[in-house]
Amino acid sequence: MLTRTQWGFIALIVAGVLAPHLGVYPTFLMKCWCLALFACAFNLLLGYTGLLSFGHAAFIGAAGYIAGYSIKAWGLSPELGILAGTAFAGVLGYLFGSLAIRRAGIYFAMITLALAQMLYFVWLQMKFTGGEDGLQGVPRGKLFGVIDLADTLNLYYFVFAIFIVGFLLIYRTIHSPFGQVLKSIRENEPRAISLGYDVDKYKLLAFVLSAALAGLAGATKTVVFQLASLTDAHWHTSGEVVLMTLLGGLGTVFGPVVGAFVVVGLQNQLADKVGSWVQVIMGAIFVVCVLAFRRGIVGEWMTLFSRKR
Amino acid sequence: MKRKLVSLAVAAALTLAPGALVAQQKGGLKLSDGVVKIGILTDMSGLYADLSGAGSITAAKMAIEDFRAQEKGNVFPIELVYGDHQNKGDVASNKAREWFERDKVDMIGDLVTTSTALAVMPIAKQANRITIVSGAASTLITGKNCTDTNVHYVYDTYALANGTGKAVVKQGGDSWFFLTADYAFGHSLEKDTSDVVKANGGKVLGAVRHPFPGTDFSSFLLKAQSSGAKVIGLANAGTDTTNSIKQAAEFGIMPKQSLAGLLMFLTDIHSLGLKTAQNMYLTEGFYWDFNAETRAWSKRYYDQHKRMPTMVQAGVYSSTMHYLKAVKAAGTDEAKAVMAKMKQTPVNDFFAKNARIRDDGRLVHDFYLLQVKKPEESKYPWDYYHVRQVIPAADAVGPAANSECPLMKK
Amino acid sequence: MFELLGITPQALYSQLLVGLINGSFYALLSLGLAVIFGMLNIINFTHGAQYMLGAFLAWIGLTQLGPWLGSPDFSLNYWAALIVVPLLVGALGIVIERTMLRHLYKLDHLYGLLLTFGIALIIEGLFRQWHGSSGKSYDIPEVLRGAINLGFMYLPKYRAWVIVASLTVCFATWFVIERTKLGSYLRAGTENPRLVQAFGINVPLMITLTYGFGVALAGFAGVLAAPIFTVSPQMGADLIIVVFAVVVIGGMGSILGSIVTGLALGLVEGLTKVFYPEASAVVVFVIMSIVLLVRPAGLFGREK
Repeated sequence: MLTRTQWGFIALIVAGVLAPHLGVYPTFLMKCWCLALFACAFNLLLGYTGLLSFGHAAFIGAAGYIAGYSIKAWGLSPELGILAGTAFAGVLGYLFGSLAIRRAGIYFAMITLALAQMLYFVWLQMKFTGGEDGLQGVPRGKLFGVIDLADTLNLYYFVFAIFIVGFLLIYRTIHSPFGQVLKSIRENEPRAISLGYDVDKYKLLAFVLSAALAGLAGATKTVVFQLASLTDAHWHTSGEVVLMTLLGGLGTVFGPVVGAFVVVGLQNQLADKVGSWVQVIMGAIFVVCVLAFRRGIVGEWMTLFSRKR
Repeated sequence: MKRKLVSLAVAAALTLAPGALVAQQKGGLKLSDGVVKIGILTDMSGLYADLSGAGSITAAKMAIEDFRAQEKGNVFPIELVYGDHQNKGDVASNKAREWFERDKVDMIGDLVTTSTALAVMPIAKQANRITIVSGAASTLITGKNCTDTNVHYVYDTYALANGTGKAVVKQGGDSWFFLTADYAFGHSLEKDTSDVVKANGGKVLGAVRHPFPGTDFSSFLLKAQSSGAKVIGLANAGTDTTNSIKQAAEFGIMPKQSLAGLLMFLTDIHSLGLKTAQNMYLTEGFYWDFNAETRAWSKRYYDQHKRMPTMVQAGVYSSTMHYLKAVKAAGTDEAKAVMAKMKQTPVNDFFAKNARIRDDGRLVHDFYLLQVKKPEESKYPWDYYHVRQVIPAADAVGPAANSECPLMKK
Repeated sequence: MFELLGITPQALYSQLLVGLINGSFYALLSLGLAVIFGMLNIINFTHGAQYMLGAFLAWIGLTQLGPWLGSPDFSLNYWAALIVVPLLVGALGIVIERTMLRHLYKLDHLYGLLLTFGIALIIEGLFRQWHGSSGKSYDIPEVLRGAINLGFMYLPKYRAWVIVASLTVCFATWFVIERTKLGSYLRAGTENPRLVQAFGINVPLMITLTYGFGVALAGFAGVLAAPIFTVSPQMGADLIIVVFAVVVIGGMGSILGSIVTGLALGLVEGLTKVFYPEASAVVVFVIMSIVLLVRPAGLFGREK
């Protein structure tokens, strides 16, 4: 007998494999998968460790630039470029994390926000990023030198595979002893300390992992869209990922994925029709989620489901 | 098996010319999908919404209606779509892909801001569709990054630098200091203007780069002030420019040193007010109050949009019209054929006289050196400029010999 | 000595003065944040939007209100706006506190941050929808036009007024909180709300009014800023992140600390603009990182 999570996982894979054949626009789907991975990485930190980072844009943005530049200027193959971006985000995560975990709660949020904003200005002024114009014309190249990623479907399955790998990694992490320690930190930090855990080390490790996976999402996104831009490094992106996670369901396995699809879908549908109302709507969703809907879509659904049984 | 079929179909849609797909005969034309679809990709809500945005959409609508009226209704179906790129390259590229691949858009117009134009152009080339850039400024568009499916219709940093820079040096403003927005567009505007100033015997004393977007320019202005330069060149755009002008006024910079706004639009002057902006020189590719023809069109535009058109919005109208005529003349909406017609036929309307599109995509047309009126000189609403000089087309665009565009070498 | 570096003392002094002006905005805004944080234990992300709201309401009062009311000659002038607008912004803050924030006090404080972030997006989005983002200009009031010649620079009268006005408000706030009976209730309420409640003081009301006051400070800063900076929907968003860094540097514990840190960082930014302008956007964040390494609780903060 399969558990609910396993059913969910099978459904996710089936949906992911079939979606581009059901008339859903593949580029839109790829964006969704990238941001879903980003949100899952973020959820690892907020949902399972209780740390609210308001600066995750730094990692998705930085990895995008590094991946884009290494593919474009050094001629790396896409998989190596993505690895380079991911590694850079991990290192960055270590630096930011070491600073930020010195404070907790609200301070942690503000520090990550400020550090990310600092990096934003750095990208703005660096030559290789193209500043406002962005780093454009990144070639998609051939995966492992064989599979041509210029083909939309090839690219789609490559992106989907990356998402699944990242998603499974997060899932494994949460359910490992390491993940249990993280949860204990979220629930009661002093207790975890008194039990002899080096809490700071665990927090830092979670931060680095989350940053690297966010970087993986950012680097992949660059290959899909063939460009890296300041948008991803802007604090709006940090806010968006919080919204996706919150709306989908904090600390649930599938919540961030659902949240990412809803938010990206909404933005995609509304952007042309209602102009700045999109931002108002996003803000309103935030307010509603915080006031009345704190479990998020998946969380509420699960509560409903368990009550019925 | 099914997957293979679908990927074949997708591959076909991507690689084959749209004309080869479901070629239909409409009004004696070979259209890829039975309709000519025009997309206006612009900034609906950001920094540049006033100078392009909804106004550009109005202009495109007018062009389509006018074209229908000219052809007495006997025309192929035309459809207009529009989207907001929020001045973000990634949003623009995403949207353009979607429009080309899914919605079969044939031409994308406006494309305000360099980053969005540069993002969309290669995608259009890949999909064999046309882009007509009216809103963006960088010379890269017809330089290193040029494509054979693109037209740069309205203005570029070279034309602005050449117009304003030369004029100001000739008026005696021969020592310059630049206040530059610290990103690619600002740098290129600064460089182009420096070259012009030096070529005309002026000196460049220095430059200060301000963060983008900036809110407080006072310290940068003080630097410019202490440089002792006669002219402070504002190599920035939008709110940054209007902010720096306001603050310069506050610090009493104006009488001793003068400001040169290197990229300013009618709407910037409108929001600054004549009192602050008076006496400044600027260069534009179009001014609504230039002659009877421009006035006639602009009044019609005003009736619909309640604001006078900027050069970008006028350019969107003119270029859309030019495009539709080319489609009719070519008898197809296939990009290469339409582009050939567009380049063959000169543009001759209220916006440009006998202007031709060069091989690199640049429309070669006249520019206007303008000076902002004093409040007491302004007789009616939107009466903002003295036209000081008409810059002939040949001087306004970069010389073909210096072009970095590979298309020019042929 | 400065001449050796190619910088005249004039340039240095004038940049420092400009830095002080920016510092007074940092001080006003971080003071508001600190007051709110002290009482409510939340970081008010809406602060930037409320600052923008202050500037916009001033602009609306000056240019739009008359026509709306059907008498084009009527307008709310700068001086009236300086009083009325903060009250309006404060009142709106009170509504937000009563209807929304109030329900979150029992939860993790992070929800307060998220809620106020959402509200900030709404306010910003609304103004962008109504007024576009190209910015509106607000004329400097007649009396304060022109500049004072200080010898080394022309100091616009209005900027001098900004320094005076914001410092006055900052120190008045400090005085009320640290030196009056009302302030002592507030401080006691911060330390132990239940005990204060037991003494018959209406703590929920005090919280509401504190939030209203902190927000009003942001509105006041907005009115002060309107004539200097172009009034635009995004004017608050970028500023508020810098102010957050200021707050982290100062530590939230002390009212005076937030004022002093705000002013000092303005000066430091001014210095950076003289010596290495490219870094002026990041200098505050760099300082924040250093402070975190050396003194995680902030310069004036107490480690809990």
